[in-house]
Amino acid sequence: MTALSPVEAEPLLYNTTSNRPNPMYDKTIAEQSRALASGEISSVELTQTYLDRIRLFDGDINSFITVTEALALEQAAAADQRRAAGDANAMTGIPVAHKDLFCTQGVKTSCGSKMLDNFIAPYESTVTGKFRDAGAVMLGKTNMDEFAMGSSNENSHYGPVKNPWDKSAIPGGSSGGSAAAVAAQLAAGATGTDTGGSIRQPASHCGITGMKPTYGRVSRWGMVAYASSLDQAGPMTRSAEDAAIMLNTMAGFDNQDSTCLDHEVPDYTATLNDSLEGLTIGLPKEYFAAGLDSEVEQQIRNAIAEYEKLGANVKEVSLPNARLCIPAYYVIAPAEASSNLSRFDGVRFGHRCEDPKDLMDLYIRSRSEGFGEEVKRRIIVGTYALSAGYYDAYYRKAQQIRRLIRDDFLNAFKECDVIMGPNAPTSAFDIGSMSNDPVAMYLSDIYTLSVNLAGLPGLSVPAGMANQRPVGLQIIGQHFDEARLLNIGHRFQQATDWHQKSPALV
Amino acid sequence: MQWETVIGLEIHVQLATKTKIFSGASTAFGAAPNTQACAVDLGLPGILPVVNEEAINMAIKFGLGIDADINKVNVFERKNYFYPDLPKGYQTTQLEKPIVGAGHVDITLADGSTKSIRIHHAHLEEDAGKSLHEDFHGMSGIDLNRAGTPLIEIVTEPDLRNAEEAVAFAKKLHSIVTTLGICDGDMSQGSMRFDVNVSVRPKGQQEFGTRTETKNLNSFKFMEAAILKEVERQIDLIEDGGTVIQETRLYNGDTGEARSMRSKEEANDYRYFPCPDLLPVIIDDSRLEKLKTEMPEMPDAKKARFIADFGLSDYDAEILSADQGTANYFEATVHASDDAKLSANWIMGELSRSLNQNSIAISASPVTADMLGGLIKRIKDNTISGKIAKEVFEVLWQGECSTADAVIEKKGLKQVTDTGAIEAMIDDVLANNTQQVENYRVAEEDKRGKMIGFFVGQCMKASKGKANPGMVNQILKQKLDG
Repeated sequence: MTALSPVEAEPLLYNTTSNRPNPMYDKTIAEQSRALASGEISSVELTQTYLDRIRLFDGDINSFITVTEALALEQAAAADQRRAAGDANAMTGIPVAHKDLFCTQGVKTSCGSKMLDNFIAPYESTVTGKFRDAGAVMLGKTNMDEFAMGSSNENSHYGPVKNPWDKSAIPGGSSGGSAAAVAAQLAAGATGTDTGGSIRQPASHCGITGMKPTYGRVSRWGMVAYASSLDQAGPMTRSAEDAAIMLNTMAGFDNQDSTCLDHEVPDYTATLNDSLEGLTIGLPKEYFAAGLDSEVEQQIRNAIAEYEKLGANVKEVSLPNARLCIPAYYVIAPAEASSNLSRFDGVRFGHRCEDPKDLMDLYIRSRSEGFGEEVKRRIIVGTYALSAGYYDAYYRKAQQIRRLIRDDFLNAFKECDVIMGPNAPTSAFDIGSMSNDPVAMYLSDIYTLSVNLAGLPGLSVPAGMANQRPVGLQIIGQHFDEARLLNIGHRFQQATDWHQKSPALV
Repeated sequence: MQWETVIGLEIHVQLATKTKIFSGASTAFGAAPNTQACAVDLGLPGILPVVNEEAINMAIKFGLGIDADINKVNVFERKNYFYPDLPKGYQTTQLEKPIVGAGHVDITLADGSTKSIRIHHAHLEEDAGKSLHEDFHGMSGIDLNRAGTPLIEIVTEPDLRNAEEAVAFAKKLHSIVTTLGICDGDMSQGSMRFDVNVSVRPKGQQEFGTRTETKNLNSFKFMEAAILKEVERQIDLIEDGGTVIQETRLYNGDTGEARSMRSKEEANDYRYFPCPDLLPVIIDDSRLEKLKTEMPEMPDAKKARFIADFGLSDYDAEILSADQGTANYFEATVHASDDAKLSANWIMGELSRSLNQNSIAISASPVTADMLGGLIKRIKDNTISGKIAKEVFEVLWQGECSTADAVIEKKGLKQVTDTGAIEAMIDDVLANNTQQVENYRVAEEDKRGKMIGFFVGQCMKASKGKANPGMVNQILKQKLDG
């Protein structure tokens, strides 16, 4: 990709100049959808705008691994025709990006790994297939921590992603490419996946809205597995309303995924404006304890004060086993990963070493060469945790803790409707500042991991700036309470403008 | 020293589902390599398994068929190991919560007594693919058509005491799964594969000796030979002052050679854990009740009924009830012929000999039960002799005619029962063999019985086998003794 110089680029691609206030790429999916419906803009024009912006800005940000330009324009033209034929929905013609772990037929699906650098998926994931069927346009596949393992997007074979707000900062991870692309207005929305915070934390760090739905709400078919019992796909957008629109397309039962639940899918946009009068917000005391950056805490408390103005009540709750989520998660997720990643053996697909001398050599060198450091670390940890003699002490114990953590939430929800708190102890840290200390990095996941272990839905909405970098508010709901969370996020966004802010890119 | 052998078996039975246990790909045998392996079977990134409910039903039927407990909560686990024909790097199987709990299979021993062999459990799992080591010039080929074929692995207690018992057990198990219709029973295509755990101990000793496991035996004959060879090896080893090492062994049925594959120390740590892609399968009472109503008559019950209703011997009833195809054929033949004893004899004799010689399943026999029944009817009403009947059978087998009556008509095989015609024929024979007649008449009474056979033979030859042998005998006696 050759980056155009700013001089060459059309002025309409910039949001720093005032020649065209609030250009189309600075609008939400809801707004773009209305503009497409009214004929104000075509999908081809909108798509071309994003493709141009990607060419201009992404050389630096590195949020895309693959840009599917020709396919995108083809899909955009088809979407315009479809709209003309009167067969459009809210996503028809909207240009989105997909995290590079959703299999997309005929398009490279790398998972951010050298292992799958040569992997062209021969089939389509349910999630991307649903967007395709809805007439959404795929701009490309976004960068990510290798196999979704990481909190900073530094663990990618394709290089780190930069935070569009401050290019010395990480965007968060593992869906860092999706978060950065949406924040930099290189896509109207993006898909992400969240195994331990991988949607909420990068959304928080990049100042966008991100939702991890209830485990089983969105099909995992075609999503390359990291930790099967925790992985869940969700939308990453510029508003809660957009997240509702995308979730309307993503959610639903899939008979190809045994863990996908056959639970009614409401229209998530229908209840966005419901009143918050009488809503009880629980604040876990464990989420406001030592380790939380004071500026982050201040932004979170300001956001909660905003909710009080909207009619909500606030009370302290307790999640007594919260601190155990880190050891439990870092046993269960690597254990599952060690098994899920066994198929990458150099035999049928993915990286194969040169001239293997025998089978063992093929396995050892293909895997040693194909996987990065963090992936190897987690495979080794997981293999150890499942080994004979250690299973009871690690894996079984972690599963017991998982149940305690879930029970903590269910108990807390007897006293409140939703739980709020930070997504991470700090705003985005500097690239490279934690890469030599994996444990410190793991500890930064403390507020997000429990939600995955309990299978609950969680939403992050932009709630201010801390140390000149965005901070998100995490809203945790009960199982299948996505509509309520989106309503709560949307009402906040009606009262505040944090979600409308975007980084200056030039 | 007197030695006692202790044998336990693990049997892999391929279930006769149309599709695989976790995917919609066909399970049919014999397709071109890798043409019956879909994305799930290939273990592509992002694929997920969905349980084939028919495989669950078949496993439950097996449990009901061996009088076992069915576990209501079923958990699938991953058994992790690397091998090229194991695409996901793990086999999805069951460990802590297998679908079938303890049960038993009863076998008949050589002395006619019955012995109950305890089944420890049986669990559901997916088959692996096949590695093909020939024809690839220093490389191995992988065929994943078999990957994901549903299996039940049946594990016995160490209740078997010799190769003969093990074979009797294996045959009985074959009979059970084919009767249930959950397995096609075709051993040559790997539908049933046996792992044998063998140890020896001095007779009278309580504790077991160190066992070895010989894997993947796919015929009764190979299993028997492998056990005999292993027992001999272990006894020789111990008597020479050595000790048996716990190991996994391979037996080559074609060469009769056995060798060590890996010792216990080299065994994999399979790192079992519950498969997070599959929810526990809960079997409710209504499902169990429905499956109970679909159960066929099991071999033991069928055998008892054959003895009671048809007056068969224990031995005949055992053989004829052993598999569904044979039992169905037998009952249809009895229905058509109205003679159980002759039906039994013909099926176990002429028919099974012809089927074996041509490797044809009884269900595909060119001589149908109706045809055989029609043939037996003509034996019973003296239209043909037993000897001629064999000729008629041969013609039917060749497919020249479709009923015994048509063969008899076409070939003119109707038995001669006309007394005058037989007498004339006998007179001819006696006139042509005067010396033999003389010898007969001067012979002692007790020698004559044997000598009359000559004249019967000549008469039958003269009539081309069509003369009624009973009448020939009777009239000959009268004339010679007369």
